[in-house]
Amino acid sequence: MSFRLTRRLLLAGAAAAALPLRPVFARAPGDAKLCVVILRGALDGLAAVPPYGERRLESLRGGLTPDRAKAHDLGDGFALHPSLPTVAALHAAGDAAVAHAIASPYRDRSHFDGQDVLESGTAKIYGADDGWLNRARGLVGAPVDAVGIGAAVPMILAGDAPAASWAPNILPEADDSTLARLTDLYAGDPLLGPALAAAIEIDATAAAMDGMAPGRGVGPAAYENLTRAAGRLLVGGAGAAVVSLDGWDTHANQGADGGQLANKLGGLDAALGGLKDELGETWARSVVLVVTEFGRTAAMNGTQGSDHGTGGAALVLGGAVNGGRVLGDWPGLERLHEDRDLVPANDVRSLFKAVLRDHWGLDAADLDTRVFPDSGAARAWDGVVG
Amino acid sequence: MSLDAAIAATRFGLGARGTEIADPPADPRAALKAQLAASSAFDAGDLVSSAEALTTALAALRAPRRTPPETPPDDPTDDPRAKLAPVLDIYADEIAARTRFAATTTAGFRERLVRFWSNHFTVAAVKPPLLALAGAFEREAIRPHVAGRFADMLLAAESHPAMLIYLDNHISVGPATRVATRRNLGLNENLARETLELHTLGVDGGYSQADVEELAKAITGWTVGGRHVGRDRSGEFVFAAPMHEPGARRVLGRRYADGGVDQGRAILDDLARHPATARHVATKLARHFVADAPDAASVAALERVFLDTDGDLGAVSAAVVDLDAAWAPAQRKMKTSEEFLISAMRALAIPALPPRRLGGVFRALGQRPFAAPSPAGWPDDAAAWAGPDAIKKRLEWAAAVAARVGPRRPESFLDNALGDLASAATRQAVARAESGAQGLALALMSPEFQRR
Repeated sequence: MSFRLTRRLLLAGAAAAALPLRPVFARAPGDAKLCVVILRGALDGLAAVPPYGERRLESLRGGLTPDRAKAHDLGDGFALHPSLPTVAALHAAGDAAVAHAIASPYRDRSHFDGQDVLESGTAKIYGADDGWLNRARGLVGAPVDAVGIGAAVPMILAGDAPAASWAPNILPEADDSTLARLTDLYAGDPLLGPALAAAIEIDATAAAMDGMAPGRGVGPAAYENLTRAAGRLLVGGAGAAVVSLDGWDTHANQGADGGQLANKLGGLDAALGGLKDELGETWARSVVLVVTEFGRTAAMNGTQGSDHGTGGAALVLGGAVNGGRVLGDWPGLERLHEDRDLVPANDVRSLFKAVLRDHWGLDAADLDTRVFPDSGAARAWDGVVG
Repeated sequence: MSLDAAIAATRFGLGARGTEIADPPADPRAALKAQLAASSAFDAGDLVSSAEALTTALAALRAPRRTPPETPPDDPTDDPRAKLAPVLDIYADEIAARTRFAATTTAGFRERLVRFWSNHFTVAAVKPPLLALAGAFEREAIRPHVAGRFADMLLAAESHPAMLIYLDNHISVGPATRVATRRNLGLNENLARETLELHTLGVDGGYSQADVEELAKAITGWTVGGRHVGRDRSGEFVFAAPMHEPGARRVLGRRYADGGVDQGRAILDDLARHPATARHVATKLARHFVADAPDAASVAALERVFLDTDGDLGAVSAAVVDLDAAWAPAQRKMKTSEEFLISAMRALAIPALPPRRLGGVFRALGQRPFAAPSPAGWPDDAAAWAGPDAIKKRLEWAAAVAARVGPRRPESFLDNALGDLASAATRQAVARAESGAQGLALALMSPEFQRR
């Protein structure tokens, strides 16, 4: 009977106070933490970070633009949505930057293909079976443990180096004897064996930390539970965590100061605050990327919402970030991509590469060819981290 | 022969029930095809129509609002629970009925196809009225056409109030209409895009952004009766001519003269028989019954039947039964959470779970009915269902249900549920379990029961 693996871990979880818990994770590169928050459904970047300096903003999308007096000014004609006070405070403190008019190389408007390109890191749809974050962590000198928050491992972490996944617990635990026997039964199963082993490991790590009792909310109210879980797992030793926040596909009744998108941005703001809170002193060594598959139409559509677009907005936060700026080239709103979308003037891979090079110390040539194949033209931005 | 019976029950059906495997039909393939010919045994009983469900939902939601009228709550949880009670009741009744039917039907293949198509034409209950409507959508737009024509199912799905509301078409207005200028409304291309990308041609099916906009204009006016239009047909499909963009449309190079509601219908009819649609549907069916990455020959065989029969889904489904690759002994499909739950209920002869607990069980296992994460529906590949956390949740449920079901011989469970599919290792692990409950939990979690 193979109690060895399961016993140790379960005991670590059940009696953390009594046992010197050997951290399951302890191998991040120089302890540099990376958290990627994926906003699935396509965030409206022009609503999250309105370019008030643009003459056409009001005529294009007055109904979707929050009152400038309530927004958090970033200078240079930009501001953050009123529902993002925590992000604004971090920006003011130099711990957050906005990247605007940014997009992956994907130029069509399918959520699913767009997310595939964003996460696989290739220049075309279905260009790889694994994700860029998984390839990147394989290139760091020491192994980096990674965890996806959610029932399945997200595409960005898919690949050869197994990543764990974790979601809030609702059901009672199975007893350890059953776990041990099932571990034996799965010994030869290439799919279920690693999945069960990872589940046992991650659960022990999570349980060994105090207060791991996330609520059951859904929608914006649940965002914070997910990012807090990521924060705990990063502090517990994971080097990378990925959180997926759903619900950004605001085709109708998007709202402006208040309403649907404002609620979601408020949930995101609380989630990022909660993540910083959990990271504690680790925040100083952390980078948090907040990205989405594409932006939304520059103009409001016929149903007080916005349709799938191209250029969007991303955030990069953390104590390791050289923030307080709006990154990238700004194309303005006078000329639109295909006469409808914010021009994708910046490649999101420039941001990803900047973080991987300067935060994780990856080699520039590896980034251009292996992590993001054929991406030499998307040069890493300088000075984002540090 | 016994292996064929096990495959028929588990891979084509929703899991073996009673002596389905031990006492199999003489010809399992013919028995599967017979399910396609027979009429559906699903009894809607007291379940309400979509019109009634929507009227009930809107009345409940219109009770004193917290939010201003221009920003109705989009997330079910934004609403106080009490106000949602009538909506949640309808939803609970629907999922209880379809779960009970799935757990007890003798036509498991037919019911699997219902769920396949229901997922293809996903309506996710992301807006409160849809919690009440999603079940009716499946009964009204999907079930009648499961062995019928794809074109009929397509039209029924795209014109159903649930789909129109889910993908925002009910409020999409032709930009050149007086309604648009007077009431400051306009085009919403959500349903048109997903019709092309997900329901018919597929994302690589050769359509452009212009095709999306043209189809969106063609189906302006496809809306739902209520306070503003079609008062006498509350909750039903209504074609509102004043919302419809006038003029001819051009989709995939073909011109469609303005004919009111018939313009959109004509486009859908052509999309239904388009070669890219045949390929898209054939690929998804082969992925569902053969493997996550199906062989090209299986896809081609289904595609040919789809094209030859003008999208006769009875013939296409029979062609699935004729695929040799679908009868391969190796189990290449990981069960979704719902498939796992339903197959366990069938194997354990549990006809129903307490209605108030059912939603919680589905949610805990990560697959609440009518709550797919996006219009693309639930994923149909192993990676999505065999994540560490998913396996842990299944184990927790299996252990709990095994403890509740109490002592029974887990070896006979294996015989009935898996037959010749059960491996020697699984039989040994179950036989050596320290209790009947543990043996049953291990059987439910065995690699063979987790797959189909």
